[in-house]
Amino acid sequence: MKLLEPGATLDGFTIEECIHSGGMAHIYRVVYADGRPGPGFAMAMKIPRMTAGDGAENIVSFEVECQIMQALHGNSTPRFVAAGDLQHTPYLVMEYVQGHTLQHWLDGPQPVAVDTITQLGVALARSAHALHQQNTVHLDLKPANVLLREDGSAVLLDFGLSCHAHYPDLLAEQLRKAVGSPAWIAPEQVVGVRGDPRSDVFAIGVMLYQLCTGELPFGTPQTAAGLRQRLWVDPTPPRKLRADLPAWLQEVVLRCLEPEAARRYPSAAHLAFDLSHPTQVHVTQRGTNTVGTPFRTHFKRWLKAAGMHYQPSPLPARQLQEVPIVMVAVPHKDVTDATLYSLREAVARALGTRPGARLACVTVISSSQTSASDEDKSETNVHRRYLTALRQWSQPLDHPGHQTSCHVLESGDVAQALLDYARGNHVSVIVMGAATHGLMTQRFVATVPIKVAMDAPCTLILVKQNLPFAQLGSPASLNAAPAKGYSDSDADSAAAPYGDDLGPLG
Amino acid sequence: MRLALLSDIHGNIQALDACLAHARAQQVQRFAFLGDLVGYGANPAEVVERITLLTEEGAIVLKGNHDEMAVHPPATIKTVGDSTASWTHQQLSPLQRLWMDTLPFTHHLETVLLVHASADGPELWRYVYDQRAATASLNAANEWPGVRYVFGGHVHLQTLYYRGATDGLMMFTPQAGVPVPVPKHRQWLATVGSVGQPRDGNPQAMYAVLDTERAQLTFHRVPYDHYSAAAAIRRAGLPEFFAHRLEEGR
Repeated sequence: MKLLEPGATLDGFTIEECIHSGGMAHIYRVVYADGRPGPGFAMAMKIPRMTAGDGAENIVSFEVECQIMQALHGNSTPRFVAAGDLQHTPYLVMEYVQGHTLQHWLDGPQPVAVDTITQLGVALARSAHALHQQNTVHLDLKPANVLLREDGSAVLLDFGLSCHAHYPDLLAEQLRKAVGSPAWIAPEQVVGVRGDPRSDVFAIGVMLYQLCTGELPFGTPQTAAGLRQRLWVDPTPPRKLRADLPAWLQEVVLRCLEPEAARRYPSAAHLAFDLSHPTQVHVTQRGTNTVGTPFRTHFKRWLKAAGMHYQPSPLPARQLQEVPIVMVAVPHKDVTDATLYSLREAVARALGTRPGARLACVTVISSSQTSASDEDKSETNVHRRYLTALRQWSQPLDHPGHQTSCHVLESGDVAQALLDYARGNHVSVIVMGAATHGLMTQRFVATVPIKVAMDAPCTLILVKQNLPFAQLGSPASLNAAPAKGYSDSDADSAAAPYGDDLGPLG
Repeated sequence: MRLALLSDIHGNIQALDACLAHARAQQVQRFAFLGDLVGYGANPAEVVERITLLTEEGAIVLKGNHDEMAVHPPATIKTVGDSTASWTHQQLSPLQRLWMDTLPFTHHLETVLLVHASADGPELWRYVYDQRAATASLNAANEWPGVRYVFGGHVHLQTLYYRGATDGLMMFTPQAGVPVPVPKHRQWLATVGSVGQPRDGNPQAMYAVLDTERAQLTFHRVPYDHYSAAAAIRRAGLPEFFAHRLEEGR
């Protein structure tokens, strides 16, 4: 379609100005032609350059975008207003979001600060996760398709190559072909897999790599063979290109870029979690390496990749449910052994046996417990004490397939602190004691679980204390009974260590 | 217009009534019954009576292989399906049998072609189980002018076939209750599932609604009293297998 002049009208909308003129489409600012007020936000109209008569993939992806935009909701995508008849007047009117695309940071002063990279990454991962929760995978995430609002949140644009599990995938073909932008496309997309949320995690990894180093991890391949390379090749470690980059960040970026989807973050929420808790990132050789992957490893992977082929993926939302982020609120005072034991049992059940779930152990202390003047009560010291105790408590839950992290929150309002934490980290399940404190104070503090239950953004498991008979009577301690392999003989021999001093948590 | 597409009722009055009530709640304006009104189930006469009444308000009714068998029961019994045909034959009144004998194999309604099995030889009762069979049916349907949608039953599963980026048909398993856009510039073929004898492990009845104005197709699953339907089969002395099947949806 030809460029429209300002003042022209189309299907009840008046064109104001052209704000983008790309190879695929023109985008205009528009208002309602009959002068009625807008829907509460500015509107943009996208008109594909080609028409249905051209029969090209272009118009199909416009059809896909119209379909998916109508099904999406929430802050991470522009709001849908109207779509024209695809045959006669194809157009899409949606919310006009003000902000810079991610390209702005890549074009700006280099290198980009680590804090900025982290913030951008978190915003991006959260928006991608919100999309995945709606059973949609973007599949074409790249700097030009990510808009950052003033408040730092990310809006994802252009759903022309996306896949919504509730709708027939119009871009799927019998002869599976790669559809996407060569620089950011995930290895499984190269062999035609559409619908795996971890493909978006890969694309985010490419963008993080760009932000870290200013370079593309796999270049911009022009051929199918060039595209297939990412099935077995590791990119140059970012720290080799930028020495001041922390190892934890390289660990995060390279985990996103793992050729095998199963070795990446199982969901974008897990990625956001690591980016927002740098000290909790488990740094491996992947993070510290500054040399690059040896030829031998690449060769072995190449052999494996030669056999890689299309496999259908399950519903994105279902995939996310299988890799929950479980948060457990561990009380640190007036707590009985029975509560701690039961909490741990409940957490073990919530984590399940499947790999990929992650556990966040959280305890809330009041601000009065730390002091700026008293060295013994300094924030670092107090936090370290609680963290150590949390780690001891969670040790029996360690499982190679699950990642565990411990967090001390400081707040006067326990329930609110837990809720904020759960919301901010896309927690899928909260586990906490039905009564978090001793009986004497229960009258006052029983409201904490109730308050959390009322406002919880996810499933809440309230745990009633239940301890094997042999354990009753032993004093409370955060570093108490092991959760697994519990037997009578264990109980006898384990009785002694419970006599330990309770330390800061008793 | 909202058109309800119901197929393979198989003499199950409990499931039919539940689907009719569900469809009326969806503001359906017209009903289409895609064949196999009877066979297997315990209430063939009631089902036929209910559907004949609906023809007065414009319902479309097609013939299925089980309807043909019930009118002309096979002399020798070869399959489990045959075994209920002569029982069903006796349950139906002569007038009902006469009416069923006159039912058409297909019905063409503007952009829609309705058929019990495959448009590729409707009287041959070919199963549309895969992309290949769906392609044959859709190609045959193109002999009717202006057809964009082909709807059938016979396979007792809900599946939507559509033209993807290439010429071949793609297969899609719909999510119950989610309206799927089916724009007219593409061709679509759907098997709408079975009202009276679901076989996908879920005992809930299946049917679909086409909204021609919005170009949306919604596949539905409707819970109904399948224990009563199974009990009726046992009471009628029909093979236990057919009762058990309804309880498990297999």
